[in-house]
Amino acid sequence: MADEKKPGLFEKGGKLYWLHSSIDAFDTFLRVPGTVTAKGAHVRDGIDLKRVMIMVVIALVPAALFGMYNVGLQTSTLYGLNWTFWHMFFYGLLRMLPLFVVSYVVGLGIEFASAQIRGEEVNEGYLVTGFLIPLIVPVDVPLWMLALAVAFSVLFVKEVFGGTGMNIWNPALVARAFLFFSYPSSMSGSSVWVSKTWAGLGNVDAISAATPLAIAHDSGIEGLSSQYSFMDMFWGFIPGSTGETSVVAILIGAFILVWTGVASWKIMFSSIAGGLLVGWLGQIAGATTLPCYYQLVMGGFLFGSVFMATDPVTAAQTETGKWIYGFLVGALAVVVRLWNPGYMEGMMLAILFMNTMAPVIDHCVVSARTGRRNKKAVTA
Amino acid sequence: MSNNLALKKGLNVPVKGAAAPVVIKTVSPDVVAVKPTDFFGLVPRLLVKEGDAVQAGSPVMADKMHPEILFTSPVSGTVQEVVRGAKRKLLAVLIKADAKQEYVDFGKQAPQNADEVKELLLKTGLWGSLVQRPYGVMASLDATPKSIFISTFNTAPLAADNDYVLGDALADLQAGVTALAKVAPVHVSLHKGETAFGKLKDAQIHVVSGPHPAGNVGVQISHIDPIKKGDIVWTVSPLLLAAFGHVINTGKLDLTRKVAVTGPAAEKLGYVVCLPGTPVKAITDVNENVRVVGGDVLTGESLGADGYLGFFQNQLTLLKEGYEREWFGWAKPFRPKVHSSSWCYFSWLTPKKEYDMNTNLHGGPRAFVETKCFEDVTPMDIFPIYLIKACLAGDIEKMEKFGIYEVLPEDLALCDYVDPSKNEIQAYIQQGIELMIKEMA
Repeated sequence: MADEKKPGLFEKGGKLYWLHSSIDAFDTFLRVPGTVTAKGAHVRDGIDLKRVMIMVVIALVPAALFGMYNVGLQTSTLYGLNWTFWHMFFYGLLRMLPLFVVSYVVGLGIEFASAQIRGEEVNEGYLVTGFLIPLIVPVDVPLWMLALAVAFSVLFVKEVFGGTGMNIWNPALVARAFLFFSYPSSMSGSSVWVSKTWAGLGNVDAISAATPLAIAHDSGIEGLSSQYSFMDMFWGFIPGSTGETSVVAILIGAFILVWTGVASWKIMFSSIAGGLLVGWLGQIAGATTLPCYYQLVMGGFLFGSVFMATDPVTAAQTETGKWIYGFLVGALAVVVRLWNPGYMEGMMLAILFMNTMAPVIDHCVVSARTGRRNKKAVTA
Repeated sequence: MSNNLALKKGLNVPVKGAAAPVVIKTVSPDVVAVKPTDFFGLVPRLLVKEGDAVQAGSPVMADKMHPEILFTSPVSGTVQEVVRGAKRKLLAVLIKADAKQEYVDFGKQAPQNADEVKELLLKTGLWGSLVQRPYGVMASLDATPKSIFISTFNTAPLAADNDYVLGDALADLQAGVTALAKVAPVHVSLHKGETAFGKLKDAQIHVVSGPHPAGNVGVQISHIDPIKKGDIVWTVSPLLLAAFGHVINTGKLDLTRKVAVTGPAAEKLGYVVCLPGTPVKAITDVNENVRVVGGDVLTGESLGADGYLGFFQNQLTLLKEGYEREWFGWAKPFRPKVHSSSWCYFSWLTPKKEYDMNTNLHGGPRAFVETKCFEDVTPMDIFPIYLIKACLAGDIEKMEKFGIYEVLPEDLALCDYVDPSKNEIQAYIQQGIELMIKEMA
């Protein structure tokens, strides 16, 4: 037990004191710390960041499980393999497992090391980030690329800013953006979104499995309807990154997040509203033939709205700001989808852009309200 | 201006161990302590030496800057010991009580104008009961407050029930209110449904409802008559105001009060009649590994088993120290013994349940992540997280802008409680206030 070694060895002055952050992390993972309140309120709420973070992971589980099944389903369909349900699921599980392992080993390794260097406790934020990253990259992404992206994101997006709670951008999305811009051939196009390498069947590159977004981009509602129905997309039986396809699974997660209050329903709601509005305007303006609600079920829109845009650290912090922030995330994502010829999915960049703008939104909201209060003082 | 104020935000922390409205004992202590540390910012000057005889109401110490501000003995007896700490800081004056209480006679006469009121407050040692906002310091002599606020109810966890404690002191309260009304307009707030204090005259009455901190006078001020830069507002607890009224009505300083003995670790719950400065051990039995908090669990001061009840306090809360370490605490689906206002646990299933709380922090300190919870428990027109960060950064302009004049640490005490990152919000606010005092003086 970590605890038995603790006296002396890992305490201040002990030989292995430099390891104390890691030991503390394992120790407090197993048992609630015995720290008592020293100042301020004498009793405290049972909630801590570990619980908050694990709630997000739990909310992600339905999307992850469905995603694994869907990985198998897509491969089976593409190659005409007629796999059983469990065959599909275990295929997906085996394909996803290395991604999770790499994501957590690399990410947590860096987190532990930097906590150690700073002499602080290890922060739980990566529990969520590490779970998100495998769900938003192509299944077949080479593991070394993933490791590189994770390392880049944790080091340069989180640690240099001071760790969890201090970062400006969502680290999971930056990892994806890193891959997207560094290795576009592994991250985009119509051949990356269905797992093939292990199937060992045929010339892999020649087989294309375009995502609904790509199809709609090229051939509109008619081309899309000929391949996938709305309900296919709603349930999630479509190619795409592992976590994003099933609206149902994501809605279960959204329900958990909103119920527990971990994520802001205002951001989710306004992001969807923004996406719908722009989708509708686009349809009227003739930029697309898709009805606006199609925007919600295709690509990463809903996954981004529910799990990415709502990250409390990188989103707007004021309640009014959350409405504005969420609306602009949704609106921008669909703007990119409809009016950008080169890139068919706008969610990632919309969120990263709005992460950047969130402090400005908050600043405006706060200034407006404190200004209003001071004005009242003059007239009263 | 509305006289009805319904507050929605806030939280009643469900601690077990409320005091039943019964007097369980009356304590005539051997020794009573007068503590300068009860008054924020006071630099005391000692007026007595060991062996001096004092009466209830005799001055024991004064403010070094303003020698007319006196602090008086609550009992008659002889000065037994002057307790000093590091750098000879005066910690307490211990007075050995006589068997029979003798009072200084302040004269049974109602003060006629503001100057007489102030003079009587100074003479009786009750000037210290006036808390001046902004910053929660002792009232300054030359300031004229724009208003005086009295909250007649306390929503803090397990707080003493003022209806019970002051139910028979209405005449004294009225005398106190009438006197203070000569200094500045007095605002009195009542809890919804309560009527006993509603009959007070010479004051504007406000009915306030809602969960804690609705009873905090700071929260009420921010809704009724917000403090702007340059404003000065005084607040006084009804307990001490009644003592002042008692002086007016009888000429005697009698600080005897009913103290609520509360909390999950208290052996006997109920009210104890005693004086401020009474040793904790005379009031209640204290077991090992129990923390004695003077006041409520959110804002109280840890007195220690050998401590003395404070000047402002009429509640003791006894809590077990939470050294025990729970296996997989954060990962368990259910933790029936731990309360959480967050819906990440299942405390919402049992809204009426009271919890055997201890002093465990339930986590480790982290950077701010989830901050909406602060707004949910702060029913004021401020952005708590921005104010807290401004205090941490020591940015005077931003502290002003985000409302440092309106808050005391007690108004944000619930933020301490709900924060998943376990930050010491009250300490941060205090740090900000101390910086403001230093920089703006």
